Amino acid sequence: MNIHEYQSKSLFQGAEIPVPEGRLALSVDEAVAAWAELQAPLVAVKAQVHIGGRGKAGGVKLARSEDEVREAAEAILGMDIKGHTVHRLWIEKGSDIAREAYLSVILDRTDKSIGFIASSEGGMDIEEVAESTPDKILRFGSNDYTFPEEEAAKAASELFGGEGVAGALDIMRKLFQLFLDKDLQLAEINPLVLTGDGNVIALDGKITIDDNALMRQPDLVDLRDLNEDNPAEIEAKEKGLAFIQLDGDIGCMVNGAGLAMATLDMIKLHGGDPANFLDVGGSSNPEKVVNAFRYILSEGRVKAVLINIFGGITRCDDIAKGILKAFETMEITVPVVVRLAGTNAEEGKALLQGSKLIPASTFSEAVKKTISLGKGEDA
Amino acid sequence: MSILIDETTNVIVQGITGRDGSFHAGQMIEYGTNIVGGVTPGKGGLHEHGKPVFNSVKEAKDSVGADASVIYVPAKFAKGAVQEAIDAEIPLIICITEGVPVNDMVSLYHQVKAKGLTLIGPNCPGLISPGKSKIGIMPGSICTPGKVGVISRSGTLTYEIVYALTSMGIGQSTCVGIGGDPIVGSNFRDILAHFEADPDTEAVVLIGEIGGDEEEKTAAYIKDHVSTPCFAYIVGASAPEGRTMGHAGAIVSGNAGTAASKQAAFRDAGVPVAATLDEMAELVSKSFA
Repeated sequence: MNIHEYQSKSLFQGAEIPVPEGRLALSVDEAVAAWAELQAPLVAVKAQVHIGGRGKAGGVKLARSEDEVREAAEAILGMDIKGHTVHRLWIEKGSDIAREAYLSVILDRTDKSIGFIASSEGGMDIEEVAESTPDKILRFGSNDYTFPEEEAAKAASELFGGEGVAGALDIMRKLFQLFLDKDLQLAEINPLVLTGDGNVIALDGKITIDDNALMRQPDLVDLRDLNEDNPAEIEAKEKGLAFIQLDGDIGCMVNGAGLAMATLDMIKLHGGDPANFLDVGGSSNPEKVVNAFRYILSEGRVKAVLINIFGGITRCDDIAKGILKAFETMEITVPVVVRLAGTNAEEGKALLQGSKLIPASTFSEAVKKTISLGKGEDA
Repeated sequence: MSILIDETTNVIVQGITGRDGSFHAGQMIEYGTNIVGGVTPGKGGLHEHGKPVFNSVKEAKDSVGADASVIYVPAKFAKGAVQEAIDAEIPLIICITEGVPVNDMVSLYHQVKAKGLTLIGPNCPGLISPGKSKIGIMPGSICTPGKVGVISRSGTLTYEIVYALTSMGIGQSTCVGIGGDPIVGSNFRDILAHFEADPDTEAVVLIGEIGGDEEEKTAAYIKDHVSTPCFAYIVGASAPEGRTMGHAGAIVSGNAGTAASKQAAFRDAGVPVAATLDEMAELVSKSFA
C-alpha cells in the first residue's frame, strides 16, 4: 500500500525525522488559509498523488504571496498527473537548500536484507543515477534487524561532502527503525537536504507499506486513499480475495495467483480479453465464491465467466457449493464455464450436475469455451 | 530416487489442530507420509488423527523425532513458528502459510542458511516425492513416481503441470513448490542443485513467474552448473505493469521482472521455453521419446 507525501512526512515526524512545517489543503481556500498560518516568505504547493515525476508534470509550484498560492492551488487541484487526479495539496514552508542527497531503506529481495541506498546525487530519479553514475550509489544493509552502524557512518560522511554528518546518520538510524516498526517495504527521502544553517531535513517522502502487515498496523490502514486505489479491489482484499480490475469482457475466478495469471495469459493467447484477475485464495469457504461473483459482475461489461479451479488447499466441493449459492442469491445471466480438478474435484462436479453451469474438463477447453460463449457463439 | 523427502522422512505438523492443519495432516497420513506428531501451543497431550500433539517443536522433536516440520499456522504466528523450528534445528522446514509480512522473513532466511537447515516457503504448496511422501497441500492423486523434477513458484501451476505430465505417462521424482513471496527460504537454484545431484532425475521443469530476477539468475546458474535437461515456463506475460498479481513477488516495474526478459534468459542458457502448460508437457514428453 502506498501513501501520500504528507502522510509519509507525518510518519517521519512521529519518528523524529525533521521535515519542513506544512498543512494539508483540499481546496483553494484551504491552501490560502494554510499560507496565512505558515507565515513564511516562500511556500511550496505540492500535488499529493501516488506517482513520481510530479515536478516535471507541473504538480509542484513555489509561491511568494497569497495571490501566487491561490494561482498555484487553482492550477494543481484537479490536474491529471499520469492518470492520477489531484485531490489534495500539501502547502509547505520553503527550505534554504544548500545541498541535496538521496536516502532510502528498502526490502532488498536479492540480498534478503533490509537495505539502504544512499547517494550524494539527490533530487533526481535514483534509477537514472544508478544507470549513468553507478559509483555514486552506496548500498549496504542488515540481515538481522540491527542498524548497520559502521557502513551508515561511512555513507553519512559522504552524502554532503563531509558536512551534516551527524544529522544524516541520525536520520538513517530513525528511518531504519521506522521501517521496522511500521512494516514498510520502501521508505524514501529524495531529496534529503542540507540546509544553509547546517541542518539535515527530509524535503520529500515516499512510503510503501507491506499489505501483509496491515493486520498488525491498524493505524496505517486509515492512511489509504480510495481515490488512488480501486475501492472494489480494497473491499475484495478485506474479504480474502485478490482482485484486480482489467479492461476486457471475460470474467475469471481462479484459485492461486499463478494459475490466475496463467488463465489471463491463456485467454489472451486464444484471442480473448480478460475483465479481471481474481484469486479466491486457499481454504475457500463458499461465501468467498459468492463475493467473487459480485466483484466480477460489478462492472456490467462481462460477457462470460470462467471458473478455473485446481484444488490443493482449496476444496473443489467448497467452490461448487459457493457457485450454487451465488446462483441462488444473485441474478447471473451470462454463461459460466466451470473446470474443477484436484482436491475433492469429483464431489464438486457431482454437486454441480443438473445446474445451468457449463462444465469443461481441461484448462484449455475451458478457456476456448468461455471465449466462444462470450462472443455469443455456441461452445 | 527423490530429493529432500522420501518414505523414511519423519514429519511433524505445526498447527495440527487448526482447520487447514488438521485437514492436510489427514491427507498426508492417507498418502503415506510418516506424520509422527503435531504442535499446537496449549494443546499438548491431546491427539489429532491419532498422533500426539505437543506444546512446542522442541518437545515434539525430543519425544518423537522429526526430520521435517510443516507449518500451517495463521500469518501473524508464522514468524514465531518458523523460529521455533529453527531453534529446534529441524533439518527441513516447510512453511505453507500465506500472507506472512515480508520483513519477518529477513532474519529467518539468514538464520536457516547459517545453521545449514532448509526452509521452503512461505506461501508455498510444499513438496511431494510421488509414492513415497508428501509434505504440504499438493493433491497426491495427480502425481505418479518417475524421473522428472518439478520446481515452481506457484502452487496451482505445479498441480497443472504435474497433472499434464502424469496424463502423458511421465512420472515425477520430486515436485517442489518454492512459494511466491519476495523472500522465500529456497530458490530455484537451491532446489536445482539437489536435482542435479540426484542420478534418477533425468529432466527438470521450472515454472517461473514475473517479478524479481530469480529466473534470470537461475538461467545463468544452469549455463554453468547444470547438465540435467531443463524446461521453463513463465507465467504473467499479460500482466499490466505496476500491479502486484496476487503473489507479493509477482510485479512488473518498468523493464524489470517481465516475462519476456525471463524467457530470453532461459533461451540464452539453452533451456527450451514453453508458451503454455500443455506445450511444456509435450516438450518434456518429446525429450523422453
